[in-house]
Amino acid sequence: MTAGTLTIRGVSRVFPGSRGAGPVTALQPTDLTIAANDFITILGPSGCGKSTLLRIVAGLDQPTSGEVLLNGRPVTRPGADRGMVFQSYTLFPWLTVAENIAFGLREKGMAEAEQKEIVASYIAKVGLRGFENHWPKQLSGGMQQRTAIARALANDPAILLLDEPFGALDNQTRGLMQELLLGIWEREKKTVMFVTHDIEESIFMASRCLVMSARPGRIKLDLPIDLPHPRHYRMKTSPEFSALKARLTEEIRAEAVLAAEAH
Amino acid sequence: MRPLQPVGNTTRILLGISFFVLFFAAWAVATLGGYVPKIFLADPITMVKDGWLLLTKFGFAHDIAITIWRVVGGFVLAAIVAVPLGILMGAYKPIEAFFEPFVSFARYLPASAFVPLLILWAGIGEKQKLAVIFVGSVFQIVLMVAVAVGQTRRDLVEAAYTLGSGDGGVVRRVMIPMNAPEIAEILRLVLGWAWTYVIVAEFIGSSAGIGHMIIDSQALMATGQIIFGIIVIGIIGLVSDFAFKLVNRWLFPWRLA
Repeated sequence: MTAGTLTIRGVSRVFPGSRGAGPVTALQPTDLTIAANDFITILGPSGCGKSTLLRIVAGLDQPTSGEVLLNGRPVTRPGADRGMVFQSYTLFPWLTVAENIAFGLREKGMAEAEQKEIVASYIAKVGLRGFENHWPKQLSGGMQQRTAIARALANDPAILLLDEPFGALDNQTRGLMQELLLGIWEREKKTVMFVTHDIEESIFMASRCLVMSARPGRIKLDLPIDLPHPRHYRMKTSPEFSALKARLTEEIRAEAVLAAEAH
Repeated sequence: MRPLQPVGNTTRILLGISFFVLFFAAWAVATLGGYVPKIFLADPITMVKDGWLLLTKFGFAHDIAITIWRVVGGFVLAAIVAVPLGILMGAYKPIEAFFEPFVSFARYLPASAFVPLLILWAGIGEKQKLAVIFVGSVFQIVLMVAVAVGQTRRDLVEAAYTLGSGDGGVVRRVMIPMNAPEIAEILRLVLGWAWTYVIVAEFIGSSAGIGHMIIDSQALMATGQIIFGIIVIGIIGLVSDFAFKLVNRWLFPWRLA
């Protein structure tokens, strides 16, 4: 498995104003280094610029200032070295589950047999055996996101970016999805950047949790999560976990209050 | 009846057929009952007799074949030009900015008004007939395809980029397959309009075709034949519509899943 080091240097994003409104600073100049195989969660209230930061890393948005380096090379546009899972369901509806997972591999021009092998292994990893030939429409939300994760991982990107991937799922499914993704990461390792507004999720998944301030966003807290691996869902009720949760709840509440006052 | 409540399959078919029955019954009553003079409107029985004569004695099948060939020929030519152009316009905004104002303008030029001009340019042969249908269809297809492709879901395009697609790959592997059913639907719609143009084209300077037969029958006051001709067009439209839908269902199973 490939794992990359990500360096973010002075990255900011200002959206130009429209219809007479002034420009909006979504993200203040931000510095951040993510080591190979780190699992970073970015926690913040809505509108704090956490998705903007992720989209800039993906190359889907351009920073107003600063630069992003992946393994020392500057990021200028989207590419297969940065896999992404979106909050909205973005499977290609005209392709089956297996064809969706093979999308990036076909783009690389990989031989058919090799594609099949990789697709089969990821179908197994995300527990979708028997659904290879289903259309996305026929899948539940959780299954669609599992396919999206498999599709991104099958490309073996240097970093996996996830933008509130479980945000639209019900609570129980979300819990299972967290365990599934974490299990894959614990076994295979990968540099991961995971954006969420769910406090529990941001602790459970992370080796390092970043808390962002209300708009204009900046990183106000960088908290290593030293809970042991492999993690089990029961860990969510342990005293250590609860202490972290209490702390982050205070941090995020202060920002949510600020954000609410600003509106 | 309640708004949006679905109707059963059998009931749907029965209801659909019953309007046809009602329509023909009203026509029969009006004509056979003597409420409308025969000279203006033939009754259904005369219409069927005239139609039979047309097919058996006057080689109307040949006219039908000629007309179908013209519609399909002109329409296929239009689609070959319009679909790729529409896709390019939908995908690349500068190309759209270049063509869109002109195409929007040209779309409103009535194809039938071009008939005299096209006769001057192309004579009264097949070329002119194909040209009328081409002019009538091409701009409509271009615009509708451009709009459909331009509305491709942004998040799917972004997903393709993060999976390693380049700009051409996004057009080829996302925009085209995603909009293919919509494009097929547009072609089905415009093919229906093309039928209007072909008849108009055949009214003037034509020696064969359904439109030619209709104009000839007018001179003979043979309203039964005219109505038979119109009904034949309706039936062909119905059949081609059905065929289009069947092919779409077979080509795009993911739509129905």
